Amino acid sequence: MTEAQRLVDLIPRLRRYARALVGDRATADDLVQDTLERAWTKLHLYRRGTDLRAWLFTVMHNVHVNRVRASRLTDALDDDMPELAQRAAQGDALLVRDLERGIARLPAEQRAVLLLVTLEEMSYDEVARTLGIPIGTVMSRLSRARDKLRSMMLGQPAVAKLKVVK
Amino acid sequence: MSDPVTELDLQAYVDGNLPQERRAAVAAWLAAHPEDAERIESYRRIAEELRSTYDPVLKEPVPDRLQDALRPLRMRRLAGVAGWVVLALALGAVAGWQLRGLQVSPVVANDTASVMARRAAVAHATYSPEVRHPVEVGADQEAHLVAWLSKRLGTQLRAPKLETVGYSLVGGRLLPGENGPVAHFMYQCNRGTRVTLYVRSDMGSNRSTAFRYAREGNVGVFYWVDGKSGYALSSADISKDDLLNVANAAYQQLNPP
Repeated sequence: MTEAQRLVDLIPRLRRYARALVGDRATADDLVQDTLERAWTKLHLYRRGTDLRAWLFTVMHNVHVNRVRASRLTDALDDDMPELAQRAAQGDALLVRDLERGIARLPAEQRAVLLLVTLEEMSYDEVARTLGIPIGTVMSRLSRARDKLRSMMLGQPAVAKLKVVK
Repeated sequence: MSDPVTELDLQAYVDGNLPQERRAAVAAWLAAHPEDAERIESYRRIAEELRSTYDPVLKEPVPDRLQDALRPLRMRRLAGVAGWVVLALALGAVAGWQLRGLQVSPVVANDTASVMARRAAVAHATYSPEVRHPVEVGADQEAHLVAWLSKRLGTQLRAPKLETVGYSLVGGRLLPGENGPVAHFMYQCNRGTRVTLYVRSDMGSNRSTAFRYAREGNVGVFYWVDGKSGYALSSADISKDDLLNVANAAYQQLNPP
């Protein structure tokens, strides 16, 4: 299989990560598109035989950092996140939204580590290589991300969920 | 006595990254430390919720604009395979991205060919998951199958040989089409992935079209018209590039220069 074909095969995973990283669908797909375009022009820099997924996610990370730096819009750190327009109708929609908000409120660098570990199921070593940070930093960011997310989720009284009427 | 349990151990426990013995040691430690156990359990739940929230994105159809980000290569490859191919993307497929999940995206049904593509996609979705009855007549009776379908469609049909691209004939069946009988051939690769070829003989046009691509739900379809014959090749399980590759092989046999 060619690298290009493998890139195509990785698109759904890029989209999943991007959706969790930036929240809304259109912005996430913009990020994926920028990533693919950049990966395509930089493909000669990819060393054959090495982990293409890690390389591609590194590209995405760099593109994302640049985009955030350029706009400062994506990285919502406050409560004013626009409501996410589309989300499958689920009984636990409120819970899902809380989770999405929680993710959005994590510091960007912690969010990236948590998502790569959880969604991509990367080893800590792979995360370190993908993000270009020491493994100790991976561990401390992961630990803090989980801790923060947990206290945010706990902040939501469980009863509130029972009030959801479909 | 094993090493003291660290925060690193606990994180790795959540992620299933511990060797089995260490895992058992951590589990034992957690049993004696209910507060930490509760915390670790909530980490695990968060991970689960994250996955169940975002994993569905994997199943969403990939927008054309993302595939097209790799377009320079695709175009080059196309040119290498066959100079005659013009890849026209159906507008309907683009519009369809707005819809999600299992909802069927409406291909713009403004002409007979795209209606055919749509019917082909439905036929594919209907028959390709069949385990026991995927076809009416199996490939072991290929001559009979082709003769029978040719007779019903009133034209000499051929079941293209797709072994060069990794697919062998499973068999075929007769289907009701828009205006009359339609032939449906099914192929399968050795990994079990199926593609189906839908053949009409009543397009009633004297023109030929280039390849067009449409997508219905998760089924991708390449289709083309050659005079009275209309062909649509569908699959839900392979990439557009791979499907195009199979479509090229079929086209070359069905429409020899």
